[in-house]
Amino acid sequence: MVTTRAPEATPARKPRAKRPLTRSQRENRAGLAYLSPTFIVVLVVVVLPILWTVMLAFQRIRLINVRRAGVFGRYTLANLELVLTSPGFWSSLWTTLAYTIGATFFSIFFGLIAALVLRGKFPGRTLVRASVLLPYVAPVVAVTFLWKIMLSPQFGFVNNWGVRFLGWDRPIAFLSQREYTMSIFGWHVDVPLALLTVIAFEGWRYFPFAFLFLLARLQAVPHELEEAAVVDGAAPTQSFRHILLPQLMPVIALLTVLRFIMTFNKFDDVYLLTGGGAGTQVVSVRVYEFLTARFDIGAAAAQALVLAAGLIVLLVIYLRFLAPRVEEEER
Amino acid sequence: MDRAIVETRVLRVLRWVVIAVLIIVTLFPFFYMLLLSVRPIDELLQNPGRIWAGPAEWTVRTYKEVLTSSAKGGQGFLKFLANSAIVSISATLLTLLVSIPGAYAVSRLKFVGRRQVHFLFLAVYLFPSILLAIPLFVLFTRLGLRGSLFGLTIVYIAQTVPVSIYMLRNYLSTIPESLEEAAAVDGYSRLQTIRKIVLPLAAPAIMANALYVFMIAWNEYLFALLFLVENRADWTVSLGLAQLSGGIEVSKTVLMAGSVVLTLPIVVLFFAAERLLTEGLTAGADKG
Repeated sequence: MVTTRAPEATPARKPRAKRPLTRSQRENRAGLAYLSPTFIVVLVVVVLPILWTVMLAFQRIRLINVRRAGVFGRYTLANLELVLTSPGFWSSLWTTLAYTIGATFFSIFFGLIAALVLRGKFPGRTLVRASVLLPYVAPVVAVTFLWKIMLSPQFGFVNNWGVRFLGWDRPIAFLSQREYTMSIFGWHVDVPLALLTVIAFEGWRYFPFAFLFLLARLQAVPHELEEAAVVDGAAPTQSFRHILLPQLMPVIALLTVLRFIMTFNKFDDVYLLTGGGAGTQVVSVRVYEFLTARFDIGAAAAQALVLAAGLIVLLVIYLRFLAPRVEEEER
Repeated sequence: MDRAIVETRVLRVLRWVVIAVLIIVTLFPFFYMLLLSVRPIDELLQNPGRIWAGPAEWTVRTYKEVLTSSAKGGQGFLKFLANSAIVSISATLLTLLVSIPGAYAVSRLKFVGRRQVHFLFLAVYLFPSILLAIPLFVLFTRLGLRGSLFGLTIVYIAQTVPVSIYMLRNYLSTIPESLEEAAAVDGYSRLQTIRKIVLPLAAPAIMANALYVFMIAWNEYLFALLFLVENRADWTVSLGLAQLSGGIEVSKTVLMAGSVVLTLPIVVLFFAAERLLTEGLTAGADKG
């Protein structure tokens, strides 16, 4: 960084009244100046709101008296108590967890398959690679609406075909039925239908994200490695297991963290698909309901804090025990 | 037979099967969206299982209804499109204005706290937007910014600047510094160097970035819902579609036309700049 660079202006042309700043001081100032707009925006719209959420979570505030809310309000644990003891709190936490783990797994799994399959050359590869990304780039409102219609018992082709070709007795309300009794070899199993549908949606919408990252990494794997394995007589699955997978592991670990965080916090997908009904009430939808149905800002903030705290705990567990590789790789 | 040979043969077939499934799974829903948007509603209700309709059966009345202003009995999506465009374009421009100098500072300049900047960005990324939603809802209500497109734009800037800086920084660090040093020898000031040397060289990354921010802003739903829901004239396309699809007054094929109107700009942009975008998004990821 510090290299010989001509002075930016000769003193003769630009006389300075005070003693000139050193190079590193000037650089320091410029750096901070260039970043200051970012700092201001992030501070005002992100950092302060987060701190404020913490304060709101410990005050009894409803939308009506929000104008009087300030730093020096009356602090209380009532919100947390309300949130932790309200019916459905634990079940929504479990729902969030199941939803997050399922969606993370499926998006990475299918992303990996897509990356492996679309890696080699074939006619039309560029177009196929681009099309695969469509679910990810399309607006969430449009694709959730599309899924609702596709799966609708009234309009959708899925139920129509299910009844016509697969011998279903009647249309299945995929997004509004909490449980569906399936009989497998005479066993009757209750499956959480709406939750599974939402997880499938997430897998569909976000596998392109994993695909992008995994493909980028796959293309960086030197060809000699695999060629050597082929010469040695390794089967494709063996060469995948022993050559590609170790190379992909760091990206998979990173994707797991990213997808987990994003899905855990996700609001719009579930809200738009089911409105949080039929056993799909994830915590972020609960926050929204506290805010808009009950106008209870304090409780909503407390619930949001619980969400953030849960995420942090899970991430710490993951980073400490399950993914020791991530830290090494990030150097 | 040898395991390697068997597997190679099986996988060769399986690969094509998987490619076909991938294409169907990703493209068919969008084809279905287009198809439904041009089918008359009564015909759809009679034959929900049909996935093809000849041009003779197509209708454009759905598009007419969805685009006509609500004063004239339509759904007013033209107005929503304009709102979305205003918010997305201004969010894109302002984000670039903020993040280009920021990315330059992070990649090139030594300053106090340079190493800590990353944590700040990580925090933005980590915290659920629903967590920010509450205080911003309160704050913007107080400032009178709730219900204004301007307030929404500010939120989008804050949400996209960190990622934008991260993407640009990765690209800037690939530009050799000797170029800038040469410019300095020629007597360019730092701002001149950025404008005349760095910006032209980073143009592909900046374009990719602009598209990325535009997409986020165009597709966003939660904040639009929280801030703009009260006044129909302020709705963005995403919000408008979501609001109307909840009710039963508007027929589903008309809403499908609305979905097409919402999706089309993004898909066109995406295919126009697909390579730029995918490379920009994963820049640095291939380093592990």
